[in-house]
Amino acid sequence: MSAETLARWQFGITTVYHYFFVPLTIALSMLVAVLQTIWVRTGQEKYLKLTKFFGKLFLINFAMGVVTGIVQEFQFGMNWSEYSRFVGDIFGAPLALEALLAFFLESVFLGLWIFGWDKLPKHLHLASIYLAAIGTMLSSVFILAANSWMQNPVGATFNQATDRAEMTSLLAVLTNPVTLVTVPHVLLGAYMAASGFVMGVGGWHLAKLSAAAKAGELTPKQAADLDAHRFATKFGAWVLLGASVGILITGDIQGKIMTEVQPMKMAAAEALWETEQPAAFSILTIGTLDASAPIFEIKVPGVLSFLATGTFDGKVEGINDLAKAFAGGRLINPDSQLQAEAQERLKQIGVEDWVPNIPVTYWTFRLMMGLGFAAMGIAAWVLFTLRKGGLPKDTKLWNWLMIAAPLAPLFANSTGWIFTEMGRQPFLVTGVLTTASANSPGVSAFEVGTTMVLYTLIYGALAVVEVGLLRTYIKKGLPEVVEPKVLTDDDAPLTFAY
Amino acid sequence: MLPLAAEPTTLQVVWFILIAVLWIGYLVLEGFDYGVAMLIPFLGKTEKEKRVMVHTVGPVWDGNEVWLLTAGGAMFAAFPGWYATLFSGLYLPLFLILVGLIIRGVAFEYRSKHPDTRWRRAFDWMASIGSFVVALVFGVAFGNFVYGLPVAPAAPGSQLFVLYPSPYLFQLFVTPLGLLCGIVLPVLFLFHGSVYLALKTKGEIHDRAEKFAQQIGWVALAGGAVFLVLSNVVVHPTGLPGLLLALLAAVALGGALWMIRQGRDGAAFVGTTLTILFVAIGIFLTMWPDLGFKDAMGGAASPLNRVTAASTDFTLTIMLVAAGIFVPIVVAYQSWVYWVFRKRISVNNIPDDAAEPALAS
Repeated sequence: MSAETLARWQFGITTVYHYFFVPLTIALSMLVAVLQTIWVRTGQEKYLKLTKFFGKLFLINFAMGVVTGIVQEFQFGMNWSEYSRFVGDIFGAPLALEALLAFFLESVFLGLWIFGWDKLPKHLHLASIYLAAIGTMLSSVFILAANSWMQNPVGATFNQATDRAEMTSLLAVLTNPVTLVTVPHVLLGAYMAASGFVMGVGGWHLAKLSAAAKAGELTPKQAADLDAHRFATKFGAWVLLGASVGILITGDIQGKIMTEVQPMKMAAAEALWETEQPAAFSILTIGTLDASAPIFEIKVPGVLSFLATGTFDGKVEGINDLAKAFAGGRLINPDSQLQAEAQERLKQIGVEDWVPNIPVTYWTFRLMMGLGFAAMGIAAWVLFTLRKGGLPKDTKLWNWLMIAAPLAPLFANSTGWIFTEMGRQPFLVTGVLTTASANSPGVSAFEVGTTMVLYTLIYGALAVVEVGLLRTYIKKGLPEVVEPKVLTDDDAPLTFAY
Repeated sequence: MLPLAAEPTTLQVVWFILIAVLWIGYLVLEGFDYGVAMLIPFLGKTEKEKRVMVHTVGPVWDGNEVWLLTAGGAMFAAFPGWYATLFSGLYLPLFLILVGLIIRGVAFEYRSKHPDTRWRRAFDWMASIGSFVVALVFGVAFGNFVYGLPVAPAAPGSQLFVLYPSPYLFQLFVTPLGLLCGIVLPVLFLFHGSVYLALKTKGEIHDRAEKFAQQIGWVALAGGAVFLVLSNVVVHPTGLPGLLLALLAAVALGGALWMIRQGRDGAAFVGTTLTILFVAIGIFLTMWPDLGFKDAMGGAASPLNRVTAASTDFTLTIMLVAAGIFVPIVVAYQSWVYWVFRKRISVNNIPDDAAEPALAS
């Protein structure tokens, strides 16, 4: 394999792995903040227990997000030096701002939150988790502005003398329509994963405790725990349901913007080879996804037209027509100044194939939606089960659903990102810079390959440790808590210590 | 191609200084938490003492590390050419740094999560070795920046530069300054870290940290002196400013050693902080105007420099406004967090381990 192919794989592996931890970091921090707020407001012990319980699970996850995130910031320069040089004038700014505005906020205040239980008054301590949560959210805004610019390069010009893209309008970069709709979509995706986690963990405990309750063997502690887990499960389920609705709306808007600025990606999502009007949505196609006829397919008439254009009889361009048009000089986004100005350069470098990997885009798009709907369905089922004081039975099905509750949205996050990034191929910057021309020319296949194997081994080992810790602490259940108070005696033991 | 002799704009000068400031923030702050982490397996005799050590840096290490991320991000934004060439050119050294950062990062979080001695010893060593590797590799890298890393265009006429010859790896380890700085930086961090530990603790662990600092201080002073003379007199003299900085660094280092021998932890910590500050300024002085590069073809100036590597003045202006507002804010709240955790801690502050279940397999 060439250094470039290996660099693609390395980016794929390290980024998908990093993103297993990001959604929980972004959204669980806020859910824990909400739990702590309820505790501060009501003073009821069960909310403090839930705060500490989910706080600890959050921290186990957070550590992995931090250490795998450093790799991300370095690898643009390490593996994609031509990319870094070409886009640095625009792409570098949000990355630097992410560190300055977001990473500092989240890291400094999370440190304060972890170790500050008996150093700070209640409200100040509560503020620290909110600031950390806001930091994680801000971080996603900046990195998504950077990524959206790669999908739809606006606010930039091509400078012949320096042979690179240069920023002309920060406002245009920040108000990129792709950014505006991607930020809520990604944040809601994070909330689905985190609320699925809270619901799943709570629901799992609830089933165990409800078995004991039926047998009339509940100890007072178990009765209190049952009450707390019941709250967590319902809290998670409502957030999951709400986020699911939000993600449908934002996803719908995304589809329409994508049709305008990246029509090839929309066609690739559907494996729509020929232009259709009206276009049907394929729920399932079995057979080859290339231009030859499928063996078996289920299609819903007009739905793709609606997703792409907002009307049931809109025209959706097919892969073949688009590839021909792009090769003939049509701009991918006709409004992009950068694409127009860099067209000559692109021609000289050459585009080998204008079509992304269709099986990957087709299936990841469906997996993303299917897993998202599954999570939504589980949330609805949980709320139905728990209505009017109902309790779940400790069945295999229930336990599997509780395990699926965080995993389905988490993998929907992963497949959504794989779709987004693979659907942009063969480009790193749509219509401007090909992936094949943007890796580091000075880095050998040996270097990329070796480090890729080592990253994978280290990440694999860390995954074992992380999942083991999560399992241990989930099974252990709610902790015993003492009311935190600001310590005045310098020699007193801390109520919270590492 | 831009003319090589182009004068830098004010913004380019300001951004070079800002990047140096961010790096110095990183070296000063993470310098001591690397030092403390390196010492965990050696200075903490009991489990509670080790936990005291972890607690001195626990609330702050992650925020300290963001200085590195911000320095890297700022290089990307302000000098994309610098970021692209340096990070791809030092591929394997940076990989080692990343591995070091990964294993020390998880170690802090995970050592406490399971009260098993073997589990904790394993993470103690990961924190120690990870921190050492990062300090060592950064030391080697900074030592080589003083000479300048040789660059050439990736292809004729290309605006992208690569280290030449590529891969540029073994060459890093045969320069006297690279080797020396690779040793001196971890030693300096050990000194800085043990002084910090003395400053933040009381009881036996404090006495042991102070005693260790009194010894490692001599090694730091000897190694530092050789480095400063070699760097400023032989390898890359920068005239009076360089010599002055070297002198200040030496005085600060000597002062730190003298203060810790008097048992004055706070003054000694100011000394080690100033040492890192002056040494780093001196190194960055040698990296102007060519950003620590040189022409691989033997030309007088590097084709990749503060002008050819820089972003547009438009981007630099936007970034400067953001930095002007947010760097002071960050410094303010980070300082406040240090103030919240200002009290010395001892084994008395560490609660007994709660009984925890065996790790699920």
